[in-house]
Amino acid sequence: MPAEGADVVRIEAPVEEPRVREEPGGQRGVVVEAVTRAFVGRDGPVVALDGMSLVAAPREVVAVVGPSGCGKSTLLELVCGLQRPDTGRIEADPAVLMPQRDLLLPWCSALDNAALALRARGVGRQEASSRARETFSAAGLEGFERALPHELSGGMRQRVAFARTLLAGKPVLALDEPFGALDALTRERMQDWLATGLAREPRTVLLVTHDVEEAVVLADRVVIMSPRPGQAVATLDVPLPRPRDRTDPSVVELRAAAREALE
Amino acid sequence: MRVAGGREASGSGGTRAGGARRGGGLHAAAILALALLAAWELYARSGDVDDLILPAPTEVGQALWEDRDLLADNFAVTAGEVVLGLLLALAAAALLASALHFSTAVRRAVYPLLVASQTVPIVVVAPLLVVWFGYDLAPKLAIIALICFFPIVVTGLDGLAGIDPDLRKLMRTLDAGPWRTFRLVELPAALPSLLSGARIAVAIAVIGAVLAEQAGSSEGLGHLLLQATPQLETARAYAAVVLLSAFAIALFGGLSLLERLALPWAHRTRASGASQ
Repeated sequence: MPAEGADVVRIEAPVEEPRVREEPGGQRGVVVEAVTRAFVGRDGPVVALDGMSLVAAPREVVAVVGPSGCGKSTLLELVCGLQRPDTGRIEADPAVLMPQRDLLLPWCSALDNAALALRARGVGRQEASSRARETFSAAGLEGFERALPHELSGGMRQRVAFARTLLAGKPVLALDEPFGALDALTRERMQDWLATGLAREPRTVLLVTHDVEEAVVLADRVVIMSPRPGQAVATLDVPLPRPRDRTDPSVVELRAAAREALE
Repeated sequence: MRVAGGREASGSGGTRAGGARRGGGLHAAAILALALLAAWELYARSGDVDDLILPAPTEVGQALWEDRDLLADNFAVTAGEVVLGLLLALAAAALLASALHFSTAVRRAVYPLLVASQTVPIVVVAPLLVVWFGYDLAPKLAIIALICFFPIVVTGLDGLAGIDPDLRKLMRTLDAGPWRTFRLVELPAALPSLLSGARIAVAIAVIGAVLAEQAGSSEGLGHLLLQATPQLETARAYAAVVLLSAFAIALFGGLSLLERLALPWAHRTRASGASQ
């Protein structure tokens, strides 16, 4: 039996109208243009991003692959409006960040943790719980509503974090190594789960990962970043039909190509 | 599923081992306390020291029993002051810590004054407060709250400052403003620290109550202590001290129990080091 429960999954949380940067005519995805971002480090400024550019069309899944410390997380925070670029331009539909760690609140049940996305916007406790229930079940978490985070496996916790991210109701998902902390088997299962969900309910996705295979299996396009200061050095289209098999020759071939571009 | 079950089992196993260790600790404490009492008893009965200066534990026990009505009446007064004073300190400290947390400017302005307030010798100020606030409950509560709220503010602020910055980032990306972030994440996360501060404050709250009563009062264990010494009722004075200590220990234990029942997650997080 799969430890992660049923794999028939739908991702469906109401995508609300973008509230902050409203535009007639709907969505425009993500545009990052020649962005530079530096921090004040101990030994002077550290340039995290230097001339980084990237485009994700609405409902496109773009994977960003690069070595550790190449500014991938900074890129996501910029897209989500948690930081501002020093120079360059960022235009994006409202985006929600799913951080590397699940960051579940230890005093809240699994359902309340997912509903946090609604409560953060002022929805009352009861209403938030009932509105979160559907997305919660769709994430394969039915029956675990009252479980506390420490009672859940790593994969289950990640599903709760996913449900929370979806319930934020934003058109762009910025996923920061969402499966990085999981063991290999669970990671593959979660990747398949995400692929199925996105096929049913497409979203604009920026997926930061250091796992080339994950990028090729999930994304429409793979952007390769250089070591710090990070910038895009190559882009690979992944014109393969879904669902994708990891052992499929064309997947393996693209994986090798991506790996080569990385080195 | 299976993974979750396994973790749970190992988790509760760890708790059980911790409980056994704690039980062993209590056992050792009881043995040590008995040994000290026995030594005290032997020394007091040896005749080297007048029992008006140092009564034997059995004499203190006798005083506890014979003066039980007198002691109980005065204990009720002091216990009420301590509990009210602690609650007052907790409320004031929670409010102040929140205010200091929300505004860097307020923190910079108030924090040094807060530290300075702790250098004021309460022993000297207590009689002045009695003159100011009168002979009744008010000066006692003021003195207890004054010396108790400092550790609660400091631990509360530490708790708020120690919150994972990624959690704040998460709340921002979920569109939560400062107030909702505080209510949903920061305040619950800081509650264990506030309670830790309250536990530290318990012991000094009892001392504060005695001090306040001695500065001007007609009842309470502090007042009783002040009277018993010149009356050469040394055993009664010791009995009052025993009651005060037992009360402080009970309050400390009560707060620990409350934390364990109301905030079990805090205990788990601490036991496993960090949550992640």
